[in-house]
Formats: sequence, C-alpha cells, structure tokens
Amino acid sequence: MKKLIKRYKFFIVLAVINSALVIIYPTIGQKSLNITWRNTLEMLSVLPPIFILLGLLDVWVQRETMIKLMGEKSGFVGVLLAFFLGSAAAGPLYAAFPVAGILLKKGSTFFNVLIFIGAWSTTKIPMLLFEASSMGWVFMISRFIIDIPVIVLIAYITEKFLNEKEKQYIYDNAVE
Amino acid sequence: MFSIFTIILYILAVGLLIFSFLKDRKKTKMALKKAWKAFENILPQFLSILIIIGIMLAVLSPEIISKIIGQQSGWIGMVIASIIGSITLIPGFVAFPLASALLKSGAGILQTAVFVSTLMMVGIVTMPVEIKYFGKKATILRNTLAFIFSFVIAIVMGVVIK
Repeated sequence: MKKLIKRYKFFIVLAVINSALVIIYPTIGQKSLNITWRNTLEMLSVLPPIFILLGLLDVWVQRETMIKLMGEKSGFVGVLLAFFLGSAAAGPLYAAFPVAGILLKKGSTFFNVLIFIGAWSTTKIPMLLFEASSMGWVFMISRFIIDIPVIVLIAYITEKFLNEKEKQYIYDNAVE
Repeated sequence: MFSIFTIILYILAVGLLIFSFLKDRKKTKMALKKAWKAFENILPQFLSILIIIGIMLAVLSPEIISKIIGQQSGWIGMVIASIIGSITLIPGFVAFPLASALLKSGAGILQTAVFVSTLMMVGIVTMPVEIKYFGKKATILRNTLAFIFSFVIAIVMGVVIK
C-alpha cells in the first residue's frame, strides 16, 4: 500500500491541483477535466493492442532473432526495420517508450531504438495522412522527406554522445 | 476517435493473440501478464501526463496558441512557436487543424513548421517516461537535438515551399 502511494505520489498531487483548480477557477478546472477525460479515453482506446503486441513480442520473439534483426550486426536492414516499425505505429509518443524498452531488452541496438522513436514521433503513417488532409500534400511530403535524415542524425549524435557505461546502463535497465 | 489504423492494430493484436493461444496457452497467458505488467509499470507516469496535458491545454487553448503564434513573426515568432511546441503535447487530430489555422491566421511557414516539429519530436511533459527507459542523459540529449533540428527542418521547409 505504501509502495503504491509512493508510485502514484506525483499523480495524486496533480489530481489535488486539478481539484483545487475546479474550485478556484471553475472554467479552467472544468475544461481541464474534460480534456483529461477525452485524452484518457483516447489513450485507453489505442494502448491495449500496443501492449498486447508488446507482450506477445516479449514471449515469442527470441533474443537471438531480435539481435539478428535489429542488433549490432543488423546494419541497414535493422535501421529500415526500426523505421517501418515506428512509422506503422498508432498512438502518442509516450506509448513508444515501453515498446522501445522491450526492443532494447530483446537485443536491439540503442541506435535502432532511437530511429524507432524518431519514426514514431514524426513519420507515423496514420498521422501523415491526417497531416496531408489539413496541411496539404506539399507540406506533408516536404516534412516527411526532410525528417528522414534528421531522424538518423538525431539518433547518430545521441548515440555518439553516450559512453559505453551509459549505454550499458540503458540496456541493463531494459532487462530488469 | 477509432481511426482505421487503430482498428488494424486491434485486428493484428487479437489475431496474433488467438494464434498464440492455439499454439501455446501457457505462453499466451504469460504474454498477457507481461503486457499488463509493462502497462502497470508505466501507468503512474501516463496518468500524470494526462492531467498535466489537461491543465495545460485548458490554460493554453488552441485559440490562445494561435493568437500568440499567429501575431508573432520572424525569429521571435519561431522561438515562441518552438517553446509552445516543446512543452505541449497535443494529439495529431488537434495539432494539424491548429497548425492549418495558424497558417490562415497569418503565421508563416517557418513558425508553423517549427511548431509542428517541436510538437512531435520534443516532449518536455513526457520526459519522466522517457527517462525511465533511456536515463537522464540520453533523454535530454535527444530532446535538445530534436529542438535544434526542428529549426533546421523549418528553415529547409521554408525554402522548399516558397
């Protein structure tokens, strides 16, 4: 029980703040509750399949397979796979991190995981279609094309700035 | 709310789950257990993010955002757009209509593009989740680089689209 409260401490504080808002500034507080509720529903609608797939991947895909596909020696195929995996996703960016955790646990390189995160954040196919419809195809396609080298650059530089110890920490953290 | 892609994701998940169940019941049960554990593990952070986004969007409504960014131009406009984009986390179906409204209300391509890019790549609110998996250094590095590159993306887009 104590552990539970400790884990949810920050959330409880925020819930209290929001309740205070409802009392002090009813319009803002009420509006924030509405938005939170809507986002919660959206989250609950996209998360179940993502986490089920994550669980299945954890159980069925062997570490050796993942290392071959996205590990040290996977080369260009690994990068491509990371990119497509991220692009095919649906759901907010914060849902990508637990998936990234499983990929790391299974032996994907941190570089490929960063490519995956980059793709999930900017080149998700469902979002691209929506972008094209509201911003126009020129905007969407130019952003898409410019984003690809940027995703690779961000992944490359981030990885280069981390020393072996820091990377090892990330891998160990994922296995726990 | 249920886009076609979410539906595809559901079909994929349920299909594979059934397939998995037929092949090995015990493993499937374990997969579901792991799915739940992974979810419960990150749930406190998810819930916190949801409330922060709620409060933030209640204060910084799309109307106010478009007022702030729409009126500013030049570098100052870009910086303001990038800061708002970095802090807020808006789902795509709100973000793009907002961005297109920005363009119509007089914001330039540069300001709009930097707003869209930071919105997607930089997540200050989601940093606690990211840190949990990647550690502090990698998280800060990734977000800082994404912030800087959002300007590069915007400038290149400004050149391409004009």
